[in-house]
Amino acid sequence: MKKLVQTFAVIFIVSFALMFWVQRLNASEGYAGGNTITVYNWGEYIDPDLIKQFEKETGIKVIYETFDSNEAMMVKIRQGGTSYDVAMPSEYAIQKMKEEGLLLKLDQSKLPNLKNIDERFLNLPFDPDNEYSVPYFWGTVGIVYNKKMLGDRTFDSWNDLWADDLKNQILLVDGAREVIGFGLNSLHYSLNDKNKVHLQEAKDKLVKLQPNIKAIVGDEIKMLLVNEEAPIGVIWSGDAADIMWENENLDYVVPEEGSNLWFDNMVIPKTSKNIEGAHKFINFMLDAEVAAQNAEYVGYSTPNKAAMSILPEETVSDERFYPSPELTDRLEVYENLGQDMLSYYNDLYLEFKMHTK
Amino acid sequence: MIMPILLIVYYSFLDIHGNFTLANYQKFFTPVYLKMTLSSFWYALLITAVSLLVAYPTAFLLTRTKYKQLWLLLIILPSWINLLLKAYSFIGIFGTYGFANALLEVFGIGKKQILFTDFSFIFVSVYIFIPFMILPIFNALDKLNPSFIDASRDLGASGWTTFRRVIFPLTFDGVKSGCQVVFIPALSLFMLTRLIAGNRVITLGTAVEQHFLVTQDWGMGSTIAVFLIISMVIIMLLTGNKKRGGVG
Repeated sequence: MKKLVQTFAVIFIVSFALMFWVQRLNASEGYAGGNTITVYNWGEYIDPDLIKQFEKETGIKVIYETFDSNEAMMVKIRQGGTSYDVAMPSEYAIQKMKEEGLLLKLDQSKLPNLKNIDERFLNLPFDPDNEYSVPYFWGTVGIVYNKKMLGDRTFDSWNDLWADDLKNQILLVDGAREVIGFGLNSLHYSLNDKNKVHLQEAKDKLVKLQPNIKAIVGDEIKMLLVNEEAPIGVIWSGDAADIMWENENLDYVVPEEGSNLWFDNMVIPKTSKNIEGAHKFINFMLDAEVAAQNAEYVGYSTPNKAAMSILPEETVSDERFYPSPELTDRLEVYENLGQDMLSYYNDLYLEFKMHTK
Repeated sequence: MIMPILLIVYYSFLDIHGNFTLANYQKFFTPVYLKMTLSSFWYALLITAVSLLVAYPTAFLLTRTKYKQLWLLLIILPSWINLLLKAYSFIGIFGTYGFANALLEVFGIGKKQILFTDFSFIFVSVYIFIPFMILPIFNALDKLNPSFIDASRDLGASGWTTFRRVIFPLTFDGVKSGCQVVFIPALSLFMLTRLIAGNRVITLGTAVEQHFLVTQDWGMGSTIAVFLIISMVIIMLLTGNKKRGGVG
């Protein structure tokens, strides 16, 4: 027993020493002045070759860190322990961060490549005039279905999910806004609807979907759909593109009633110590060729118009991931509902989850 | 130790805007949360009962084996592996094309949905908690003086009577601490409810997670946490014992 304690003590001391050393090392690099930036991005969301290319072109060293949720990212930026220079939050997180004063204004004169971005994706309600953010990737919420398992069935409407013969066939992603959102969409309401009668109606309708739902899961939904655990899933287009590579039987569709349009964006958090370098990085990522290479690597839809002309024709003309303008008009960006309404959405969602078969 | 609990109590009186309120407690007593509380208790009870049913005979057999410390180590070993990893491997095993279903096919039973059912949820939870049930019971059984059993047999008691009148009462402390260590965390399970039960089982833990991470409604999350703490204290008092056997 004593030996065990000693061994553990040694392990602890060694790991603390290492941690301290790494932190010192990071600090000495991070604060060394104008030649490093810290980029904080979602996992597997950039072509690593591009980071090397950026380092070579500008002589700025990139420290790259990843997060797996907007909430986790905001907590770390709020605490300010690490001096993040560029981060990639989703649009609703930007509104929150703006309110909390966590973002620095962009100097657009240092971002000449901003002209490459499609006008449709500029000046959006979550950040008018792109004062704080530049779009990085975008996408939709839709239905992934397995052609082999379902035959000729298609999902042009959200209401197709309610079919009687789909008992126990649907996987949902565990997100209040996504689920309540398509409930609202199926009734032709806006997914930013604040009318409690409409919301209640959407919840009641979703409760009726329960027999068809096999499970409500998180990121595992990708693995489960690839493994053909269920033939239908409601997920984000980016994830859909990912898994369609892995399983050729899968197809993706955005139902005609409309859906969510989401953005991940580049911002400069207030923790930045190298604002100049951060602008250089953002401008670099907006370059047509860089954006095209990145889009090809990541597989998400790029908002970069100039990059789209470089990308292969079959990618850009794929209406599943680059929907036609008519459909795009029916897509809505999540608006900040305010704490009270968001709470109400979540309560309804919890109630919906409580109604198990 | 006390600080976090005081903080939780403090937060439970705040609404989402940080104003003082009692609304969170009112909300807790609505059917949604009461139903959730009931289902949490029900599942925790099932998990504890199944764990006990499996753990007691296992611990008993362990004390009779030759290399009992080695066997014990083998049983404890899985608890060194991260919970998330174990949960993910169970998704693979219980999946439609997983090992469990392949086995059912071989026996001619045919494919069944195992993942996202009550069965898989209870099974995996028991698998995860069972070392904590076995340990205290094993320790209690191990410390049991064998001469008591001999005496009981000499006095003409049958095997069952010996167990009921001698062995079980003498190891009851171990059983109690085992139940505590399993029941209390089982009450607030959250990750497994999503990974293994696919949110088909909703417990208070799920709600706490959602309130803290998604809604950022720390007040409501804390209110549920306060209720969990109170119920834990009540359980500790009910099953309270001065000296606890094994790990606590």
